[in-house]
Order: sequence, then C-alpha cells, then structure tokens
Amino acid sequence: MECVFGMVGKGFALVVADSSAVNSILVHKSNEDKIMVLDSHKLMGASGEAGDRAQFTEYVQKNVALYQYRNMIPLTTKAAANFMRGELATALRKNPYMVNIVLAGYDKETGPSLYFIDYIATLHKVDKAAFGYGSYFALSMMDRHYHPNMTVDEAIKLADQCIEEIRSRLVVAPQNFIIKIVDQDGAREHSWRRTTKD
Amino acid sequence: MLGCYSRMVEAGSFVDHSSLRSIQVAGFFWFFTSQSQHFFFLFKMSRRYDSRTTIFSPEGRLYQVEYAMEAIGNAGSAIGILSKDGVVLVGEKKVTSKLLQTSTSTEKMYKIDDHIACAVAGIMSDANILINTARVQAQRYTFSYQEPMPVEQLVQSLCDTKQGYTQFGGLRPFGVSFLFAGWDKNYGFQLYMSDPSGNYGGWKAAAIGANNQAAQSMLKQDYKDDISREEAVQLALKVLSKTMDSTSLTSDKLELAEVFLSSSGKVKYQVCTPDALSKMLVKYGVTQPPAEA
Repeated sequence: MECVFGMVGKGFALVVADSSAVNSILVHKSNEDKIMVLDSHKLMGASGEAGDRAQFTEYVQKNVALYQYRNMIPLTTKAAANFMRGELATALRKNPYMVNIVLAGYDKETGPSLYFIDYIATLHKVDKAAFGYGSYFALSMMDRHYHPNMTVDEAIKLADQCIEEIRSRLVVAPQNFIIKIVDQDGAREHSWRRTTKD
Repeated sequence: MLGCYSRMVEAGSFVDHSSLRSIQVAGFFWFFTSQSQHFFFLFKMSRRYDSRTTIFSPEGRLYQVEYAMEAIGNAGSAIGILSKDGVVLVGEKKVTSKLLQTSTSTEKMYKIDDHIACAVAGIMSDANILINTARVQAQRYTFSYQEPMPVEQLVQSLCDTKQGYTQFGGLRPFGVSFLFAGWDKNYGFQLYMSDPSGNYGGWKAAAIGANNQAAQSMLKQDYKDDISREEAVQLALKVLSKTMDSTSLTSDKLELAEVFLSSSGKVKYQVCTPDALSKMLVKYGVTQPPAEA
C-alpha cells in the first residue's frame, strides 16, 4: 500500500512518500527513502514495483546528470518530466516500468512545478498529485484544504492532515512517512513522520 | 627477412599498406628498389595519402578534410554578424540566372528550427543532407524534452556527425561550411561557424566561402561589441561587397536573413525580400541608385 503525494506552494514544492518496503505480508524496512533527489533542484517521489522503481529512477538520475556534464546547463523540470515520460512510453509496449512518479522541481525562470507521471506514461502538470491507495484520502483532503500560494507551514499542516487520514482510514497503512521540499535554495529532506522506529 | 620488414616500417613515410604486403612477398629485394622509389616520391609525398580519408599523413594532416575546405574556398561566400538584438546572415549567390525560380527557394539560407537558421558555403548537395540531419536532430530533441534545442547542442551534434566522416566508414567528408545563427534562453543570440573537419566555434562575426580571409580581417577591424542589428546589416553588406568578385552588387546576387526577437518575444527568422534588399543596398551606399530616366 505505497503512497506518494505532492503539492505546490508559494515558491516551493513538497513531496511526501511512505517509507515502507514490503514483500507480501513482510515489511522489510520502514525507513526506505523513495523520494530521490534528481539534481540540485528536483525531487522525484516514486512508487511501484521495487526493482523497477530503483532501476528507472537511477536511470533517469544518471541521464539528467549526464546532460548537465555534457551541456553545462541543467535540464528544466519540464524537460526532465518529458524525458521521463518518453522513456516510460518507449518501454511501455515491450517491457514496461511499473513505476508511478511525482516530480517536483524549482526553476529560476518559472518557479516551482509539479508533474504527475503514471506508469503508462501519462504526464500532467498539476498543483497537487497523489498515487496509491492513500491517494483516495490525500486527494480528497487536498481538494478540500488546498489553495494556491500556501506557505511552507500551511503546506506541511495539510500534508500532516493527509498523513493522518491515511493512517486512520487505510486498512494496512504505512507506518512512517518522509517529507522533502524543493525551493530556490535547492532540494532537501524536510522531516519524517514516524510511528515506528527502524 | 624480418629485419628488412621492421626497417621498412621505421623508414615509414613512403610505405603504405599495399607496399607492406608486397614486402612479405618480394622480401629482401624490395628494400633496395624502394630506396630509389623513395627519391622519386619525395616531391609528391602527399599523393600517397589522399586516397583514403581515414588515415593521417606523415606530417599529421588529414588531406581529404583539407581538400574539402579547398572546395569551399571556391564557393559563394557568406558572412554572419552577431549583434545585441539579433544575428545577421548575408550570402553571395553564385547561380543568378533569370530563369531560376527564386520566389520560394533560397540558395544560401536555411531554417533548421523555429529558433535556428544557417547559411551555407560549399557543395550544395552535401549541404542538403546535413541540413536535413540538423532538422531531424532538432525535432528529436524537442520530441524528447518538449523544449527547443539549445543552439550549441545542435551545432555540436551536427559536428559530431561530420567528424565521423573523417575517422571511419571510408566515406569522404562533407564539402560544406556552415554559419549557424540562433537564439536560446541560456545564452541569447549566438553565431557558430563549423567546417568539414567537424570543428566549430562561437563567433561574434565570421565569414566562410570565397575570400573569407579578407572578409574576416575586414570584420575584425570594423566590428564593435555593442553593434545594433541595423548596423550589423550595414557592416555585412559593406564587407561582402568589398570581397565579392563581381563588379556591381545587385539584390539578385545576395541573400540576407536575420534572426531576432519579435515584439511578442518569439524568435523570428526573416529572409529579406529582393525589393527591400535593393533599397538597403542603395541606402548604405553599396550600389549606386538607378539613374533617373
């Protein structure tokens, strides 16, 4: 029951993901970091098939880094999102990656942005996005309480409300969550929300 | 036998692949005959290294690449000038028959993408292949990233293609030089020059084709860093008129194109109409105004 969600605020974007690594009924670990720092100003929260998740996210991260080494300039969030979508689309009808991604980035010219990328290569630029069973609760909560240009505190409060809903209403709710933020100063870990220590 | 073989390779300069094979057959006696051949070939050493593009000469030159550049030196010239609000490309047309359909096609200037254009000097059929390659590369980038391809990346990519023809495959290099003019959000207006070797450089002003040395030195004298687009047009026309072979300059012998930002902020590539070009030539004193009847 993996869960990833995100939202855009005033000058920043937030990505929240659960941190459980599960195999059938066994929880391998509850401190798995599923939000990869793609480059200095991009975050990529990924959920789905564990092997595909690691493979695809690392592949994208290395290609983004290669672009920067070759061309001396970083990719914009939009370009990275479209590159990812293209890779998923190319693999889709042969050997699909079962990974869902929420991509958050900050560009100097265009500010913060959030992209919803499905495992079947759907791409949408959005203000709020969520994947997994938790999305039923997170999206409803965000639909009710989200407004544009929220401050960091307001956004964190909304994220907490979403986490609370997931914890109380989802039958096999993940125990711990990680929150990461990206703004003009870069992408970094914000905080954890734990119920178990691992 | 082995001793002679190694001697041959050491003496090196006049031994090519076929000679080495014949050593293995003829053996010892080859050594003596080759000594006299060496004397005979001393003046025409380069002739042995022309035939294949993908080998170095003993002086470390790639003759096919240099011959390609010679071919371009006989072609119609083109000049590019970078100004603070645009890039200007001017080309000399070699084919000026009245019978030519000039309304739609251009001889020297080509649009690669909405934000990149190029001027060409050299073998036109070679140029067409490369222009198509450049267009495909630009679209492929936009397909992947949904953004226009940065100008330098396009030039680099095309030059990598050209370099391939100097290192493997056994095919001759392309006999074309390009002047690329474009705009992107990283570096604004840019001008690049590339040649058959696959080398490229970013320039403030550059010339390719016939008399490019003379044009380049003239540009060096008169170019100023804060030149405006209009001044750049004037400078380009002036320099071209001085370096062109023909006695009088008329609008049907030239092509002028500009890359600039329109008022809405979009990149525009505009080829000057012959009428507007004639007026400009008169205005800048490059041609005499038609005598009043």
